[in-house]
Amino acid sequence: MSTKVVIKQSTYFDSVSLMSLSTKANQIEGVEQAVIAMGTEMNKEVLRNVGLLTPELEGAKTSDLMIVVKAATDELCESAFLQIEELFKNKGAAKGTSDIKYPTIDSAAKSIPEANLAVISVNGAYAAREARKALDNDLHVMLFSDNVSIEDEIALKQYAHEKGLLVMGPDCGTAIIGNVALCFGNSVRRGNIGIVGASGTGSQEVSVRIHDFGGGITQLIGTGGRDLSEQVGGIMMLDGMKALDEDEATKVIVLISKPPAPSVEKKVLDQIKLCKKPVVVYFIGGTEESVVAAGGHFAKTSKEAALKAVVLAGADESTINKRALNIPLVEEIRAKLTPEQKYIRGLFCGGTLCDEAMYIAMDKFDNVYSNIQKNPDYKLKDLHVSKEHTFLDLGDDDFTNGKPHPMIDPSTRIARFLQEAKDPEVGVIVMDFILGFGSHEDPVGVMLPAIIEAKELAAKEGRHLEILGYVLGTDLDSPKIEDQVNKLMEAGVTIASSSTNVGLLSREFVVKGA
Amino acid sequence: MSKINELFNSKLNVINVGIEFFKDDILKQNATATHLEWKPPGGGKPELITALDKLEDPALLEKIEAANKLAVERIVNSQPILIGFDQAINCVPGMTKTTILHSGPPITWDRMNGAMRGAVTGAIVFEGLAKNLEEAAKVAASGKITFAPCHELNCVGSMAGVTSASMFMHIVENKTYGNIAYTNLSEQMSKILRMGANDETVIARLNWMRDVLGPMLRDAMKLSNGIDLRLMLAQALHMGDECHNRNNAGTSLLIQALTPFILETNFTTEQKREVFDFVASSDYFSGPTWMALCKCALDAAHGIENSTIVTTMARNGVEFGIRVSGMPGNTWFTGPAQKVIGPMFAGYKPEDSGLDIGDSAITETYGIGGFAMAAAPAIVALVGGTVEEALGFSTKMKEITTTENPNVTIPLLNFSGIATGIDVRNVIQTGILPVINTAIAHKEPGIGMIGAGITYPPTEAFEKALLALSDKIS
Repeated sequence: MSTKVVIKQSTYFDSVSLMSLSTKANQIEGVEQAVIAMGTEMNKEVLRNVGLLTPELEGAKTSDLMIVVKAATDELCESAFLQIEELFKNKGAAKGTSDIKYPTIDSAAKSIPEANLAVISVNGAYAAREARKALDNDLHVMLFSDNVSIEDEIALKQYAHEKGLLVMGPDCGTAIIGNVALCFGNSVRRGNIGIVGASGTGSQEVSVRIHDFGGGITQLIGTGGRDLSEQVGGIMMLDGMKALDEDEATKVIVLISKPPAPSVEKKVLDQIKLCKKPVVVYFIGGTEESVVAAGGHFAKTSKEAALKAVVLAGADESTINKRALNIPLVEEIRAKLTPEQKYIRGLFCGGTLCDEAMYIAMDKFDNVYSNIQKNPDYKLKDLHVSKEHTFLDLGDDDFTNGKPHPMIDPSTRIARFLQEAKDPEVGVIVMDFILGFGSHEDPVGVMLPAIIEAKELAAKEGRHLEILGYVLGTDLDSPKIEDQVNKLMEAGVTIASSSTNVGLLSREFVVKGA
Repeated sequence: MSKINELFNSKLNVINVGIEFFKDDILKQNATATHLEWKPPGGGKPELITALDKLEDPALLEKIEAANKLAVERIVNSQPILIGFDQAINCVPGMTKTTILHSGPPITWDRMNGAMRGAVTGAIVFEGLAKNLEEAAKVAASGKITFAPCHELNCVGSMAGVTSASMFMHIVENKTYGNIAYTNLSEQMSKILRMGANDETVIARLNWMRDVLGPMLRDAMKLSNGIDLRLMLAQALHMGDECHNRNNAGTSLLIQALTPFILETNFTTEQKREVFDFVASSDYFSGPTWMALCKCALDAAHGIENSTIVTTMARNGVEFGIRVSGMPGNTWFTGPAQKVIGPMFAGYKPEDSGLDIGDSAITETYGIGGFAMAAAPAIVALVGGTVEEALGFSTKMKEITTTENPNVTIPLLNFSGIATGIDVRNVIQTGILPVINTAIAHKEPGIGMIGAGITYPPTEAFEKALLALSDKIS
């Protein structure tokens, strides 16, 4: 055993730094015991207690630095000393992370008076409380979280209404405020059309179509899917309509929803009558008369809603590329399908896209099944097995159940796709690929290997496998829509140019004897 | 213009709570977004969220805010003055010859940890109630000794906090509100009673403190008109102390104020020299003094109906206890004492450490110590090593406190006041626990101090307090 002592005269370090250095010195390999301390009585006492106090150390003054190392051999002692010298030199550079972190909405709002909106995506159990805190602080709210109770939603929206604030959501995926997309959203041109939507992907679709037709958006207010229910009463759709009607930049208003509860529909229609601006109404599966009677502009499809809005906003209809249905293509596909290949299988990430395609199919077919069918007779009994025409909203709780949304995690859809591709009764498999903020960075890329595999399998069996794809996005979105579309086409996927055309093409592909 | 239309016409500035990439997407679009370091309130426990919700009812909220405003005003406006020193039996109300005070919430002899048992037996020998430590342990277990928390007799005691009848006490009077707080004298060194050491050198030092140091300080203070401790504390913070683990400046200021009076006492020059040498032997001399200051200010804020402000944080080595203003008297909310993490003296390892102990967390309750780390860059090694981290600790504590004390400021934080008035609701809401700088005593009796570091209270203490407040306030 070897002990080495060094006393550095008149060398001051504070005791805490020295304790910290001592701790590190004791971790040096081979060190039995190391003490680095000033020569105070107290420190000498510590040395005495551990049997390291030598006469030399006894004589150290308060202003002297004592370094004592005990190690197995002289060599180890020497090398430990060198490393201790390094410790003195190297006390760590400042990290330079002075970013202020706020733990609560209260403290952030207090420190950032310019803050005007809170995006809340915490677990549903905590979301209502956070939303209320945001409203307390005069912040508008985008409530992305799901599993918020209807009672909380009503209370929050009533409170927001009293304060003149927006509550978008809950379970609201999309909004564009001041040309900034929140959560799930696409990059669209700034323009003069305002959207209030209770359907997430439906609102995204209309905003993208408006962009494609050369128009632009002022604001897109996503109200959350339950806003137009009897209980909530359309509080946010009505407040949104009023605000857009007052907004100077907005010339046309578009409303998007599944058909509202009758009492709420009446409120919305009454509000349309009061609006100074034209209002286009796209209530998926809704009827024309009441809308027209209220002075609104009825749209049967998302594409029609976008087109009407763009024209009402001042575009010259004759200059718009309406992307009409490709009739020769329909003939070509029909020719490839055998008589028994007669069913559509829709595998959708976007709930409204699923809904729209399904309603279009229902115009011609009765046997349309889905997990989101309103008619219980046509609600899919076994979600794992498709029946005749089947449209699946894979973003619904039925399928997510703790997993991420299929817009982020494609695994559920890949598995289901491979299952459908083997079914000889399938005429066409339909899939949407959603681009933009919040979505998967390469939604086509993750699906491509499965598509190629299925196509090869079908070819071996000597049957045509028709896959219809739709990429929802604009030329401003990331990843590039052109690249995504090209990848699909190279894999032999037929491309639809809109949600509406997805519905029309898939239906027409499998109409027999037309 | 409606608020919704104002939103349309202003630059979007988002507070993002939850999924972080939503913030990144907003930033990509050239808008402003701030992501919160959010945790589920109350650790996600439904009963705590219900309690928080209940206390946010507007009518209750108004009462609580008013009560808390009063409580922190009393903390801030308190002017603790050192008015004298005397033996506990002479000055502490309720003290008896067989009373032994200890730190933290109430605890019985059989549950005390090693350091506290060491200190208790040492004190029993010191008081002449037993001939040796063995006999002292029997006396301690016999029921002849009245054990009580320091806090319940207007006292505080560092580490084991063991205080007996003949020990000399600081007497600190609140000039604003009239209440008095007491604490005993620093023993300096590391092998000392409060750290659990109890051999003859420890007892000899206690005897000298009783016979020389204490009487000299008592006589000196009789010549003084009182020493304004808050003023001195403010100076010490500007000189680089946080006044819990670093007391270099505070000790210099205190002995400088005491010296002229000490010189005028009727003790021999040799004795005076002994006292000055003793004070110079450790920077900790003024440590207890600041504890008494804090206790004096916080007691003035205790017992205000509906207040959710913490007035005591204290540990007995087994349990960590807090008291809250709105739960008057000696209502303690406790949880298990935690480990202290930090550098250690040579020869000791983390497993030698006793758990968190002492009333010294009264300093953090007042807003110094760990809360004022930013004032003491010299001891940042305690908290990981960088000045930035020290600044971060002091800034973060403002999330759980109610106000800043303008009388005690931190130069590095632009002279903002120390974070004052820990609110139980904020602790539960944010999940941020008060940070405490403290010493580490050996877990076995008879050894003493072996290191220093930082620690946090157990969340349970605050959870219990919140639930009790939610039941009580209506």
